[in-house]
Amino acid sequence: MDRSLTAVQLKGITKRFPGLVANDSINFELKKGEIHALLGENGAGKSTLMNILFGLYQPDEGEIWINGEKTVIEGASKAIDLGIGMVHQHFKLVQPFTVAENIVLGNEPVKGIKIDYKLANEKVRAISERYGLKVDPQSRIKDITVGTQQRVEILKTLYRGAEIVIFDEPTAVLTVQEIEELIEIIRNLAAEGKSIIIITHKLKEVMALADSVTVIRRGKVIKTVTTKETNEQQLAELMVGRDVSFEVKKTKREPGEVILSVDALQMKGEQGKNALNGVGFNIRAGEILGIAGVDGNGQSELIYAITGMRKVDGGSVKLNGRDMTNHSPRQVSVAGVGHIPEDRHKHGLVLDFSVSENMILNTYFEPEFGRSMFIDYQAMDKLSDKLVNEFDVRSSGIHTPARALSGGNQQKAIIARELHKDPDLLIAVQPTRGLDIGAIEYVHKRLVQARNEGKAILLVSFELDELYALSDRITVMYEGRLMGEVDAEHRDDQQLGLMMAGNKVAADVSKGRG
Amino acid sequence: METLKKVFVKSSILIPIVAIVLGLIVGAIAMLAGGYDPILAYSSLLDKLFSTPYNIGEAIRAITPLIFTGLAVSFAFRTGLFNIGVEGQFVMGMTGATIIGVLLDLPWYIHAPLAVITGAVFGGLWAGIAGYLKAKRGVNEVISSIMLNWIALFLSNFIVVKFLVEKGQQKSMPIHDSAMMKIDWLIKLMDNARMHWGTVVAVLCVIIFYIVLWRTKQGYELRAVGHNPDAALYAGMNVNVTMVKSMFISGVFAGLGGVFEILGVFGNQTVMAASPGYGFDGIAVALLGGNTPIGVLLGAMLFGGLSYGSAGMSFGAGVPPEVVRIVIGAVIFFVASHGLVKWFLKPFLNKRASKRKEAV
Repeated sequence: MDRSLTAVQLKGITKRFPGLVANDSINFELKKGEIHALLGENGAGKSTLMNILFGLYQPDEGEIWINGEKTVIEGASKAIDLGIGMVHQHFKLVQPFTVAENIVLGNEPVKGIKIDYKLANEKVRAISERYGLKVDPQSRIKDITVGTQQRVEILKTLYRGAEIVIFDEPTAVLTVQEIEELIEIIRNLAAEGKSIIIITHKLKEVMALADSVTVIRRGKVIKTVTTKETNEQQLAELMVGRDVSFEVKKTKREPGEVILSVDALQMKGEQGKNALNGVGFNIRAGEILGIAGVDGNGQSELIYAITGMRKVDGGSVKLNGRDMTNHSPRQVSVAGVGHIPEDRHKHGLVLDFSVSENMILNTYFEPEFGRSMFIDYQAMDKLSDKLVNEFDVRSSGIHTPARALSGGNQQKAIIARELHKDPDLLIAVQPTRGLDIGAIEYVHKRLVQARNEGKAILLVSFELDELYALSDRITVMYEGRLMGEVDAEHRDDQQLGLMMAGNKVAADVSKGRG
Repeated sequence: METLKKVFVKSSILIPIVAIVLGLIVGAIAMLAGGYDPILAYSSLLDKLFSTPYNIGEAIRAITPLIFTGLAVSFAFRTGLFNIGVEGQFVMGMTGATIIGVLLDLPWYIHAPLAVITGAVFGGLWAGIAGYLKAKRGVNEVISSIMLNWIALFLSNFIVVKFLVEKGQQKSMPIHDSAMMKIDWLIKLMDNARMHWGTVVAVLCVIIFYIVLWRTKQGYELRAVGHNPDAALYAGMNVNVTMVKSMFISGVFAGLGGVFEILGVFGNQTVMAASPGYGFDGIAVALLGGNTPIGVLLGAMLFGGLSYGSAGMSFGAGVPPEVVRIVIGAVIFFVASHGLVKWFLKPFLNKRASKRKEAV
C-alpha cells in the first residue's frame, strides 16, 4: 500500500454555530491505509468535523478533498458514494431483523421484485470472512452481544463499499476482551487498504491502535503527531492545554463501621428476567466500593433498590443497622444517603429550574427553607451562593436555568447538593460520564475527600481506570449478580474482563472480609 | 422610562399584538370573500364592546368564567397534566352551588360562602377522580377527564330533574337570595349588566395561582413534577400524590367558574342539552396566556371580548355567526403559533437589529 497517497484532506474547515465556532480553520489529512485518531475532549469539535466529512453538516468555509479530488459532500448518500462509511457510537440497527437484513438494508439484492435473501446471506458471509469479522448472517440483532452488533455496523459500511471508515467513540460500550478484538479488526481493515479515522478521548486506545493523532482543542487543531513520537502524558497535555495528573492521591485508611448492608436483593426486570438476582455486600465508613460491569447488568436497578426509587421483590437494605428496605426515596435521603445519579438530566436536575432551585431539590421541605408553607427563597439563594463558590460551579448566576450550564458544571452542582446534605452513604453512578479531564479530576478529588471524611461510597462505573483509581474494593456485576471481588491494588484487566463477561473467577480477596 | 420602553419593544409583547393583527386580517379576508364589509364589522365589534356601560359590564361577565377555566387548564399543565375535563368540573361546580343554593336556607354570611365552597370542592373532587386514576392505575388523564365531562353533564341534569326541578320547567328552582353573589350597586351603575363577585374572586385566583406555584413549598413540588417527574421522584417527592393534588386544585378553579355562573348570573340551573363550553374555551385561553396567570387573565379578556363583541358583528354588519367564529379562530391560531409569527416578523426584527448595530 502506498501510504503517500491521501484519502482525505480537509483544508481550512470552519463551522460556526450560534454563539460558538465549533471548527476553526481545521486542516486534517488522512493517508491511505492509515489509522488516524482524532483526539479531543467533549465539545472540542471532533464530532462536528466528522459530521462535515460524512455530509451531515456543511462547512461555512474550507475545502474537502477526497482521493485527491475536490468535492462537496451534500449529504450522507454522497459520502457513501465517495466510499466514506461511519460507525456511530449509538448503533443504528433494526433489532428484530437478522444480521444480513440489517447489512443489506437500503441496498438489497433483488430477484424480480423479491429480496434475494440467499444472495444477501452469501454476500455478507463473503465480506465477513474477507475481513475476519465473525458474525452469523442469520442471527437476529436482539440476540447478539453489543460487540457483535458493532461488527454488523462495520460490515454495513464495508458492504456499501467504504474505503474510508470513521469510528465514533467505538469502545465506549465494549468489555475489555471486545476492545481487544475490535483493535484487531481495525488493524485488519487497515492492512486491507482501508483508511480509518477514530474519534476518541481515550489516550490508551490512541497509543495502542493509531498510526498518527490529530489533537483538537476548542475547535482548533493543536498538533498532528505520529504515535511513535509521543506518549500519553504529552497527548493529555495537548488535549487539555495544561499539566494533568492521572494519579488520584489516596492514602490507605482503615475502614470503620458498616454503613450500608445489602443482602440477597431480588428485583424483577423487564421480560420476566430478574434484574437483580440475590445481590449482597457491605460498605464501611471511609471506604469506596467500586462496582464494575458492562452497562445493563443490573447496576441501575441496584441503585434504584437502595435509594427506594423502585421496590424490591426480596432481600434487605440496611443503613447504619436500620432496615431501609422498600422505604421511600425521601426516607432514604433523610436517613443519610446522597446520590449522584447516572443520568443527571433525567434524575439529577430539573433543567428548567434555576441553579438555585436545583440546590434544594431534596431538602426544600426542611425548616431552614421556611417553617411555614412558604419557601424562603433568600435562604435558598444564600445556600446556593455558598455552594456555587465552594464547588466552583460556573454559570452566569445562580438564577440561570440549570439547562444553560455545561455538563461539568451541572455535575458539580449535583455533587455540591449531595455533599452538603452530609450523608453517611454517598452513591455515585458514572460520576464523570461525559465530563472533560479537568472536571473528572475535580470529581475524583471530591469523592476521595468525602471518603477521607469517613463517608461510605458506592461507586458504579464502566470506566476501569476510574474504578481502579478510586476504589478500595472492586466487585463485578453480571446479569443481576455479583461475580466476586477482585484485587483493587493490583490491576488485572484480563480477569476483570472475564468476570464482566460472566465467567466466575475464584476471587480469594473477597474472603475474610465483611 | 428606558425600562418602560424595553417592555413594550420586547418581542414578547410585540408577538401577541402582531398575532392579533394577523388574525384580524385573515378574518377580514374571510369576510370579504363572503361579501361582508370587514371595516364595518370590526367597528361594530368595538362598538358592541365599549359603547355602553351595559355592554362593558356584560363583556366582563363573559370574560369571568374564562379566567377560571383558563387558570384551571394552566395549573394542571404546570404539573405536566392536560386537564381536558375542565368542562365537566365546571358543570360539577354549578351543580354543587345549585344544590346548596336551592335546598338550604341559611343567613347570607353562611349560605353564600357555603355554596361557593361546595361548588369548588365538587369541581376539585371531580378532577381528583382523573388524577387518582392516573396516579393509581396509570389511566391517561386526557381520556378519563374527557369521559368524566359526559358523566358530569348527565349527572348534573339528573340531579336537577330529580331533586331540584321547578315544576313544569326544564330548570331548577331559583337559588335563595341569601346565596346569590350579585353586586347590586354595580348592576345599577352598569345599566343592569349582570355584575357579580365572581369577577373579584377570579382576579384573586390569578394572584393565588401565582402564590401557590411560585411561593410555596407545595408549588415547588408541583413545578418540579411538571418539569421533570423523574427528578422529582429522585428528590423524594411523591409524584402520584402531587398529581392528584394538582388536579384537585385545577378542578377547584374550574368549579369556581361554574359556581359564579349560577350564583352570580343565572340564579338557577337549567337542564343542559350540551355542556356550556367554557371548559374547552379555557384550553384556548391557557394557550393564549402561555400558562402564566397574567397571560391567562389577558387571554381571557381577548377571547371573552371577541366572543361577546362578535354579537355586534352579526348585528351591525350582518356577518353570520359562522364567519365570526372564523375570525376568532384566526386570532387564536396566530396567537398560539408563536413560531409562525416570529418567522413572519423575522425580516423586520433583523433589520431593526442591524440598524441598532449600525447606530452603535
